[in-house]
Parts: sequence; C-alpha cells; structure tokens
Amino acid sequence: MSLPGWKQLPIGAVILTPGSSVEYKTGEWRTLRPEIDQEKCIRCRTCWMYCPEGAIQEVEEPYKTKTGREFKLTYKVDYDYCKGCGICANECPVKAITMVEEVI
Amino acid sequence: MGKVLPLGGNYAVAYAVKACDVDVITAYPISPQTTIVERLSEFVANGELNAEFLHVESEHTALSVAIGAAAVGARTYSATCSQGLALMNELLYIMSYIRLPMVLTIVNRALSAPINIWNDHSDFMSVNDSGWIMMMSASNQEAYDEILLGYRIAEDPRVLLPVITSMDGYIQSHVVEPVEIVSDEEAISFAPKRRSWVTLDPDKPVTMGPVGDPSYYFEFRRQLWEAMKESRKVFDEATEEFAKRFGRKYSAIETYMLEDAEVAIVGMGSFMGTIKAFVDRARRDGVKVGALRVKLYRPFPSEDIARALSNVKLVGVMDRALMPGSAAGGHLHHEVAFALRQAGLETKTIGFIAGLGGRLLTMDNVKQMVNVLINYKDKTVKELPKEPIFIGVRE
Ligand code: SF4
Ligand code: SF4
Repeated sequence: MSLPGWKQLPIGAVILTPGSSVEYKTGEWRTLRPEIDQEKCIRCRTCWMYCPEGAIQEVEEPYKTKTGREFKLTYKVDYDYCKGCGICANECPVKAITMVEEVI
Repeated sequence: MGKVLPLGGNYAVAYAVKACDVDVITAYPISPQTTIVERLSEFVANGELNAEFLHVESEHTALSVAIGAAAVGARTYSATCSQGLALMNELLYIMSYIRLPMVLTIVNRALSAPINIWNDHSDFMSVNDSGWIMMMSASNQEAYDEILLGYRIAEDPRVLLPVITSMDGYIQSHVVEPVEIVSDEEAISFAPKRRSWVTLDPDKPVTMGPVGDPSYYFEFRRQLWEAMKESRKVFDEATEEFAKRFGRKYSAIETYMLEDAEVAIVGMGSFMGTIKAFVDRARRDGVKVGALRVKLYRPFPSEDIARALSNVKLVGVMDRALMPGSAAGGHLHHEVAFALRQAGLETKTIGFIAGLGGRLLTMDNVKQMVNVLINYKDKTVKELPKEPIFIGVRE
C-alpha cells in the first residue's frame, strides 16, 4: 500500500473525515489473540463489558454445547480492533478465553 | 504619524495586543512579564478590549488553553518567560505541529538555578527547536511592532505557525521609551483576522492532534520544515508592507558599520545598543569595527548574515545563554559559524558569553571583546581560542 507523502497530507495532521477512526485497524498491534472456547463460555457478558476496545461482539447466533446446553447468543472477538491486551481472558469467570500467540 | 506614548516594553506590548483585537488571552503572571497581562486585564475590564481573559493555574495550562482557543479560530495571546516558558515546553511543540497560529511574548529572563529573575536569553534559546517563528526586539517600539508583524505572519495561510516575540526583561520591559501606537483600525488592516486554518466546528467535525504512528509522524515534521522556510518570504513581505504603512523598516538582521569592518560583534536584543555606542566610539579612534543584530532567529537568516559578514576577517558572536558542553558555547555562535561555513566564507568566529543572569554589559566589556578580536583577526583558524570567552565574569 502506498501512503500519502507530506505534500498530500492535511496541514498539521488534521483529520478532515469524521468517524474515520474505524479505518484504523488497531488489531495489527496484537501479539496475543484471545480465543473463546464456546463450549466453556456461559454467556455472562463479562468480557463484553471489560474489553477496552469494544472488540467483543455479542452476536445473535444460537449455540448448543456437547452437553446439550442451548444459548441464543454467541460472543466473538472482532480481530480488526482487538489489540490483544488479555483483559477479557483475565476477567472471564470460567476461563473460557485463552490468549494464543500470534504467528505471522 | 500615530500617537506617541511613554511606555515600558510590557505596556507597549499590551497596547499592541489590544490593537490587534485578540479574542482570547491566557494569563499566568511571572516577573518580568506580569505587567503585560496585568495591563491587558485592565483593557478587558474597562471594556476597551472585547476578549476572554482567562486566569489559569499554570503556564502549562496557559498554553493548553491557548491551543484550544486557536483551534476554534480565536486570535490568541499569551506572555511568559523563564521557568514559565519551561513549563510550557511540551505544549509549544504541540501548538506548532498542529499548526495553530498565535502570538506569545517572552520577556527574556534567566533560567534557574540559582533563582534569578533578571535578563538573559537562556529561556528564549531553550525553545529554539520548538517549531515557532522567533523574533527578538531591541527597543520598546520594536517590541510593539513585533506583535502586529506576529499576527500577520502567523495567520498567513502559507505559514500557519505560532510566533514568539520577545524583549529583554527589565532593560526593555520596565524602562519607559517613547512608543508610537497605531489605531486599532490600522492594526487590523495590517494584520486582518484571517481564520485561514482548519478549526473545530460542530457543523464540520474534524480531529486535531491524532496519533502519528511511525508511518505518518515523520511526514508532519517534514511539513513543518517547509512552513518554516516559507515563513521567511512572508516575514519579508510583512516588514516591507509595515514600512510602507508605518514608516519603520525591519529586517531579519540589522547591520551597523559593516561595509569596511575588519572585525564585528554579532548579537541579539538590547545589548546591541551598547555595542553600537561602542562602535561609534571606536570608529572615532580609527578602529574598523562593526556590529550585526539578529532580529529574526527562526527561521534563521543564515544567508543574510553570511552576505553581511563576507568581508569581515573575524567575528565575535556574543551569546547571552550557555550551551554547556558544546563546541560553540552558545546557540547564536553555533548558528552564525554554520552560516559562514555553508556560504564557503573564510570569515572566522570567536564565541563570547556575556550578560548571564542580568550581569550588565559595560563599555569596558565591549572594549575587551573588540580587543580580543583585533588581537586575533590576522591569526589562523587553528590559533583561535577553542572555547568561548566569558566576558564580565569574576575569575
Ligand atoms: S484481548 Fe483485550 S482488546 Fe482483545 S477482546 Fe480481549 S479485552 Fe478486548
Ligand atoms: S466472560 Fe467468559 S464466560 Fe463470560 S461471556 Fe465472555 S467468554 Fe463467555
């Protein structure tokens, strides 16, 4: 990708397009990725609340565990913005989230 | 001809700020600057100036608030010196790299320690990498005029950089001189409020001061380099126009008896008056000495200086601030020596350090400097002193 040169960039680094921060995929910073074990997850929403990036998504996707427990919701990680801080894994009451090393 | 008032430098500056119809003043008192903002607060209280006068709790806040004010498009002013300027330091860089115009006056004062409220240039020089345009006056009239020049240059869309104007603490700030003041209409017509920069506006949202990661930061440094370079052209246009309107002509440098000079003293600020008086005296005795005062410090007028000194054998550069551990001794010497070298000139230099912490410069001190220059003028570069010479310090 070729980035704009200093002559093309707005004066003083002003960002002229509102709401454009979504284009900045902060997930690139991550060195560890959280992986949610849907079998263990009890859908308590704790990770969703604690994530500083709003990177935990609550999706209306039904899930049935091997033991037959049925959930209407599934929690997923938005890897575009998850920066890998591990707070979700730390807070999860049933240790359903594992931090796995990112390998490029 | 406008009205002539007897004004100390601080009051002169306050009158100029009022004439420029500033919208926001952020004020934190510090000697010897205090009477600038004190006088401005009176103007606001009297209804002579319609501006927000903000009493803040520190100089750090004074400049933080100024950044916010300039960001919404206000014509903004503040003044400080010494430790106050040191406390503003991180914000100085933010203001210039966000490219917000304002005018800040430094009433030059020594930096602690020991605690010293008197005049030298160590505060001014400590911010010479901060991306601000920097001027230093040598009279109260010039301190007044710098405010008008400052707003005109800062808000020019080709520049968009904040401007530091300055004067020597006490020697100018508290000494009364006749100062010609212009009418508010004349000031605004010379330095119209241009709002030529992108501002914060709820109807047209923008983001200012974002993160600049390694793939962007460098480009904005490069941008500022260009703006600073461009500002020199704008400074020349502004001083030209100023001379047409008000009859006073300023240049990036002021030269004195350099045409046939063999040796010369280069310096800044009010001490140059003493130097010029000595030059007059020495000339009567047939000594071929001249002087050069640097008015515009950033962007540094290297080419002008080299041109003016091209026929001088040996130049003594007088610094009123110390760069401990440097080869040059002081900031001005460093710049001047580089300017001469880049121009491919043979002109040699010696650094003098004088007037630190309010130590006055006597005629005898100047004589001592000129004698050093005369003694060394025909020596080779290798024979010159390798360290600056301290003038007026007790051994
Ligand atoms: S690792 Fe941090 S950023 Fe990523 S989902 Fe968990 S809490 Fe959010
Ligand atoms: S904190 Fe753990 S158990 Fe609760 S929703 Fe998140 S992953 Fe599931």
